[in-house]
Amino acid sequence: MSSFLTLNYFELFSLPQQYALDSAELTVRYRDLQRSVHPDRYARAGDQERRMSMQRATRINEAYETLGDPMRRGRYLLELRGHPPGDQQQTAGDPAFLMQQMELREELAGVREEADPMLALDRVAGEIRAHYRGFDQALAEALDRTPPENEKALDIVLKMQFYTRLQNELQAMAADLEDELY
Amino acid sequence: MALLQITEPGLSTAPHEHRLAAGIDLGTTNSLVATVRSGSATVLPDRDGVQLLPSVVRYLPDGAHLVGAEASARAVSDPLNTISSVKRFMGRGVEDIERLGSSLPYAFVAGASGMPLIHTAAGDRSPVQVSADILSVLRQRVEATLGGELTGVVITVPAYFDDAQRQATKDAGRLAGLKVLRLLNEPTAAAVAYGLDHSAGGTVVIYDLGGGTFDVSILRLNQGVFEVLATAGNTALGGDDMDRLIAGWIMQQAGVSDAVGHSLQRRLLQAARRIKETLTETGTGAVPVSLELEDGRTWEGELDRPQMNELIDPLIRKTLAPCRRTLRDAGIAVDEVDEVVMVGGSTRVPRVRELVTEFFSRELLVDIDPDKVVAIGAAIQADILAGNKPEDEMLLLDVIPLSLGIETMGGLSEKIIPRNTTIPVARAQEFTTFKDGQTAMALHVLQGERELVDDCRSLARFELRGIPPMTAGAARIRVTFQVDADGLLGVTAEEQTSGIRAHIEVRPSYGLTDNEIETMLRDSMEHSREDMDARRLREVQVEADRVLEALQAAVQEDGDRFLDAQERAAIDQAAQALSTASGGEDHRAIKKAIEAVEAASAAYVEHRMNANIQKAMAGHSVDEFKR
Repeated sequence: MSSFLTLNYFELFSLPQQYALDSAELTVRYRDLQRSVHPDRYARAGDQERRMSMQRATRINEAYETLGDPMRRGRYLLELRGHPPGDQQQTAGDPAFLMQQMELREELAGVREEADPMLALDRVAGEIRAHYRGFDQALAEALDRTPPENEKALDIVLKMQFYTRLQNELQAMAADLEDELY
Repeated sequence: MALLQITEPGLSTAPHEHRLAAGIDLGTTNSLVATVRSGSATVLPDRDGVQLLPSVVRYLPDGAHLVGAEASARAVSDPLNTISSVKRFMGRGVEDIERLGSSLPYAFVAGASGMPLIHTAAGDRSPVQVSADILSVLRQRVEATLGGELTGVVITVPAYFDDAQRQATKDAGRLAGLKVLRLLNEPTAAAVAYGLDHSAGGTVVIYDLGGGTFDVSILRLNQGVFEVLATAGNTALGGDDMDRLIAGWIMQQAGVSDAVGHSLQRRLLQAARRIKETLTETGTGAVPVSLELEDGRTWEGELDRPQMNELIDPLIRKTLAPCRRTLRDAGIAVDEVDEVVMVGGSTRVPRVRELVTEFFSRELLVDIDPDKVVAIGAAIQADILAGNKPEDEMLLLDVIPLSLGIETMGGLSEKIIPRNTTIPVARAQEFTTFKDGQTAMALHVLQGERELVDDCRSLARFELRGIPPMTAGAARIRVTFQVDADGLLGVTAEEQTSGIRAHIEVRPSYGLTDNEIETMLRDSMEHSREDMDARRLREVQVEADRVLEALQAAVQEDGDRFLDAQERAAIDQAAQALSTASGGEDHRAIKKAIEAVEAASAAYVEHRMNANIQKAMAGHSVDEFKR
């Protein structure tokens, strides 16, 4: 383990390189790893050692965040397999999916008109989360079968990215609303 | 083996020597210092047995200053030179302070680098200096009580403090001659004090309403690990605002205009505070108020609890929006919360407890004095960081409270690190040049959730220089934003195609540069020229001790495993040289010797750290997981 920084996130957590993952186990390992490298463990060490510890703690946080999120884990696995999703990539034309997107967007835009905008926002957030989670099973099937269906997985990841983006827009809207309301 | 068996005067090799460490709660209204003695954390009183130090400093014409009760006693008669609630100005710009309200009785002047200075009889003082004066008193208190020099301190900050406010706090510590081991978020400190990780565990909400700031954090606790899931708050909302609302009511009742003098303003606020405190202790009846006005009239009136509740209700409800936000950010429903802990003096107000109980629909934890709980938690953490409890497994994983972004075209902020990301964290962003031969570029770093740059806090402007001249768009400049465990930002930049590291000039929007701090240290009365040199020497000697001590402990533990004879000899030699240099008086030579030790031991240190990681994962193998 001489080159910590070249280990991939799965190797770092001693986890099999696959999509399916026990998130409770991931958290246990995350805590054990941070306990061993966190800068607070090196509060009395020299500057060099503290720098190294921060570097490692940073990377473990990054790995935990990536593996802990279904879309990011899927995306990362595709990158490791040499199928990185490009920035401009389009999803395969899927009318039902596009329709759903439009509906959610409209619902989000209409939140301000509702009697309790914050409550409405929480409702939309719940719907987005439900849709997002709905992809989990399909992504596992595409990525973990032999041989893997990487193209199909790519399409699912791109769709999940839509929901992530929508979620971010919702967060920004919530911040604006809070500033206006309180 | 002669390796590191060195005992120079002042250089300790005893492994279990108790190191003096303290936790400091630098509050808006009061400040406290606590330390762990014979296993338990206690708040240290002053000579008169008083634990709370009012965060008030009074500057005198002869350049001297008074801190605490002696200072606040003269707040009414000498309002312009008596600075209170200075925490509200930390890391803030002049415009921010104007926005805080016209009721501030101080004379502000704009200093260099955008930092406001308060004009006093003893000269212009920055909020950082005023805070340092408070910290110095607490430092003297600990050192006098414990009879020795402090190894280091943990200073608490509101979780919702942005980078500039944190940096200002750390600078104040440095200016007060303290080694700041860590800036700890106040809600996290409170969770540590309650020791909830062992008893209750689960999901805990910390509701922290202080004199001037409000924080709410949601933590997940598990056997020594305190993991912050989300945090929100308002750094300009607290008990002081309740006082202001009550004072406003008095003014209205007494028919006094807004344009009252500084002295009446102070008396109004003091009367308001007295009413609030009395109505907090006694439930029924009205509190009589009498106040001498500027025109010589005396106004008399009374206020009861229902009336006060009506006045402060909007303010308390304002704290519930951040509560909602943290729940949403953490992805937690109200009924999934296991405990709600109340922190901060303002949570004594019964109406606050009522509304918070109602919001979370559960009983509140109020066992530890809400004024002391933060300092106690900080003391426990300081004790561990100082190395007094090597077996302790406690780990605090905090988050960045506000998103970090950079300014892009059109005055928009592009988020680089979203809020509630666990720290330490680093994110890289690539930039390119838009002109042929361009060798420099400016970056503006922002903190906040809003899209428009003007709605975010300006943290710093960076200039990247030394970019190799290329055609437009050819340079690839990778800028890395690193937030450390204190929540402080650092920036590095590198041109990818040439590998040239761009020079970064940091200009904090409302902070002090390193040079300014150096100058302040030199200018301050306590530190004459000789003191400065002695201090620098002492600092580097302490660092040398630290390096040698850590290395010795490491080599004793596993030197045989990781070092061959040659490596060991090289380390031995460098350590020997450092020990010799450290006995001398040349701080540059010591610094050099430290660097030599670091260079000689770099591979070994890295090896050890990686072995630690491996050990942490040894219990969990890939195979075990597959089954």
